[in-house]
Amino acid sequence: MIDEIVKKILNGDIRAIARAISWIENDLPDKEALIDELFKQTGRAKIIGITGPPGSGKSSLLDRIIDLEKQKGKKIAVLAIDPSSPFSGGAILGDRVRMQKHATDPQVFIRSMASRGHLGGLAGATADALKVLDAAGYDLIIIETIGVGQTEIEVMNIVDLVLLVLVPGLGDEIQALKAGVMEIGDIFVINKADKDEARRVKAEVEYVLHLKNEDSKESSNPIFMTSATQNTGIKELVEGMESTLQQMEESGLLKERRLKRLALELKRILSSKIEDHVHHFLNTENNLELWLDQLAHRQAAPYQLISKKVKQVLKEFKKQ
Amino acid sequence: MSKRIRILIAKPGLDGHDRGAKYVARALKDAGYEVIYTGIRQSPEAIAKTAIQEDVDFVGLSLLSGAHNELFPEVVRLLRKEGAKNIIVFGGGVIPEEDISFLQEQGIEAVFTPGTPIQKVLNFIESKKEKVLA
Ligand SMILES: Nc1nc2c(ncn2[C@@H]2O[C@H](COP(=O)(O)OP(=O)(O)O)[C@@H](O)[C@H]2O)c(=O)[nH]1
Ligand SMILES: [Mg+2]
Repeated sequence: MIDEIVKKILNGDIRAIARAISWIENDLPDKEALIDELFKQTGRAKIIGITGPPGSGKSSLLDRIIDLEKQKGKKIAVLAIDPSSPFSGGAILGDRVRMQKHATDPQVFIRSMASRGHLGGLAGATADALKVLDAAGYDLIIIETIGVGQTEIEVMNIVDLVLLVLVPGLGDEIQALKAGVMEIGDIFVINKADKDEARRVKAEVEYVLHLKNEDSKESSNPIFMTSATQNTGIKELVEGMESTLQQMEESGLLKERRLKRLALELKRILSSKIEDHVHHFLNTENNLELWLDQLAHRQAAPYQLISKKVKQVLKEFKKQ
Repeated sequence: MSKRIRILIAKPGLDGHDRGAKYVARALKDAGYEVIYTGIRQSPEAIAKTAIQEDVDFVGLSLLSGAHNELFPEVVRLLRKEGAKNIIVFGGGVIPEEDISFLQEQGIEAVFTPGTPIQKVLNFIESKKEKVLA
């Protein structure tokens, strides 16, 4: 079963690719073997992240970027992530609306993903979905997330290059700085440049970047002004992306980032495996109530109780 | 394992009224489903290709313009052609009573006309849940 789907994915079979991403989203047991098989075939795709406030025009920009990248003969995949409702767990995934003209293009694959309910975190699920798309032969994979919320921003740690989209009219743009979002951008895009206040946003961003890059002269972040609706500045942006990636490749930064990404992944897998084993051994699910009861009656204290449990685990560990 | 049901809400045809489609999308979201929305004026081909890429369990078609007898079956046909035998298709919109049995013969499993309580749509999805999760 695994061999079959792997073969299809490597052949670029759309249904198999889509299915595999569902396996990952649903955390099917076969997922691990699938990812391991595909892993050997990955490392070729360039991975771009695009983030920024809701409504800043990320999906509209992607639509335009796809236009240009397609002309170069590239195969492009998009993973568009939207938040799940914390109340119902449901989601409306509407990023596609802006890119739907590419829906029937065999060169383009677009997949919407909801942010929550992923074992091992959203970044983990996204990293695995990336491997499917990479192995399937997409030259360029673009991940869209909103630039608010820890889980969404974490996703930007697993890409090669981050585009941060800012726009006029969001009120206090400098808020972004406080949230630490400015740190993650490699390329800054001031979208909605058709609006008057866009220039002021650019000046603000320049100021903030000047502060950020003060102590490291070589790392200046490019800024591009675009209008996705009027289709201006997109060509410059796409060229900027390309030359930045090339510089990163030459300087070794790209390799460094990819190693860092692998390190994050390994740590994440290790932690979740250890957690699973420990919970299984301690039978946490059934015993939790008992432990809580002891705590509630002040017959035990939290650190003491857990230290005891960890000792049990380690003892078992030494035996093996 | 934590399978979530995914539903594509799509608008084929030429009418630009998506209030109904958006209302259904929101209700489905509130019921805990993941809803993918395509926007208006989608060709059957774009809808079928989107359904495959998004690996959805259901496709809900919304149409007010009267071309349902051509467009709805075409979506089903294209889905089956692409090998998606398991995707359940339902439809909604201004659809005369006499067309409903024709559409059902063509593989549109349920048809909801204006004024149908949203609960009926939710019950329909719920009734197919076991089949989808199997
Ligand atoms: N004026 C103007 N509006 C834009 C521009 N880019 C996007 N928009 C509009 O902004 C809204 C949100 O765009 P969308 O791409 O969905 O933003 P996202 O939430 O960041 O993906 C839509 O109504 C777009 O038409 C632009 O360059 N100029
Ligand atoms: Mg978007």
